[in-house]
Amino acid sequence: MSEVIVITSGKGGVGKTTTTANVGTGLAQLDKKVVLIDTDIGLRNLDVVMGLENRIVYNLVDVVEGNCRIKQALIKDKKYPNLFLLPSAQTRDKSSVNPEQMRKLIEDLRLDFDYILLDCPAGIEQGFQNAIAGADRALIVTTPEVSAIRDADRIIGLLEANEIHKIDLIVNRLRMDMVKRGDMMSVKDVCEILSIDLIGAVPDDEQIVISTNQGEPLVGTDGSLAGKAYVNICHRLLGEEVPYLDLEVKESFFSKLASVFKK
Amino acid sequence: MGLMDIFKKKSSGSVAKDRLKLLLVSDRADCSPDVMEAIKNDIIQVISKYMEIDAEGLDIQITQTESETTNGTVPALYANIPIKDLKHTC
Repeated sequence: MSEVIVITSGKGGVGKTTTTANVGTGLAQLDKKVVLIDTDIGLRNLDVVMGLENRIVYNLVDVVEGNCRIKQALIKDKKYPNLFLLPSAQTRDKSSVNPEQMRKLIEDLRLDFDYILLDCPAGIEQGFQNAIAGADRALIVTTPEVSAIRDADRIIGLLEANEIHKIDLIVNRLRMDMVKRGDMMSVKDVCEILSIDLIGAVPDDEQIVISTNQGEPLVGTDGSLAGKAYVNICHRLLGEEVPYLDLEVKESFFSKLASVFKK
Repeated sequence: MGLMDIFKKKSSGSVAKDRLKLLLVSDRADCSPDVMEAIKNDIIQVISKYMEIDAEGLDIQITQTESETTNGTVPALYANIPIKDLKHTC
């Protein structure tokens, strides 16, 4: 039984593509057969984050238009033989594909894969409609900011209107030091406002930038808190109960001492 | 963090949370300015039957209020209607 998951957010730049790359790679590490589909036609990025940009021959639009077979367009990951990418077309626009064609494509892919992850473009127009068309469930990525949460709320409404009711939340780019001093909304605040189930909280991590520079998802990397957070999200997707990470910033002796004197 | 923080009224995190709560109420209610204007005009019409009100000073908005039954807040339609003169009929 395969599961089709759309990763969406409404607002751009909150980490949809990074999340797709890391969750997809994480699921592959757990021995699942995974395909990532970049549905952002015209602005493809997932290939770069995965470090597979040099291997693209055919793309999503080619498959949909019948210029090639699905297998010809799928790019095998560098590290994991059970992980594939279906890249988007860079020189076409969103209207090159319609929701009906996406549904058909996904039905075909279901036969071969355990997990189909759809990286959704920002916005709520045709690209979004294409991305959610064949999805069983959704992961909403948001950051603890007013604009991102507002857009996430709108997206949740649209997903429900499209009969997608299994919706989980990923709160991305958390800065625990800022949450602690009250200058950033906490995970609890965000969950309370959006009232959907939380599936993961990912701290803001320099390692994400570094891994994206290198074109290698950091999921599972030792010593990276964000990488650990993605591993946990993958386990929760499989239905396992995993305790939430302690994202507390480790305070130095001197800052502790200083805070004692402040009181 | 300095001593001045103690005198600050609210942290920016809770300001953000409060702004969002209000914002989402009006977003979810999907009340366009046109609809709000229509509601406002109807309210003026109805109240005007009984008293003279200041239509210019009338202010209506969708906001949140403490729920009486459950813990937490519920959306509410807030209207501030200044009365100019009470008619003798009431």
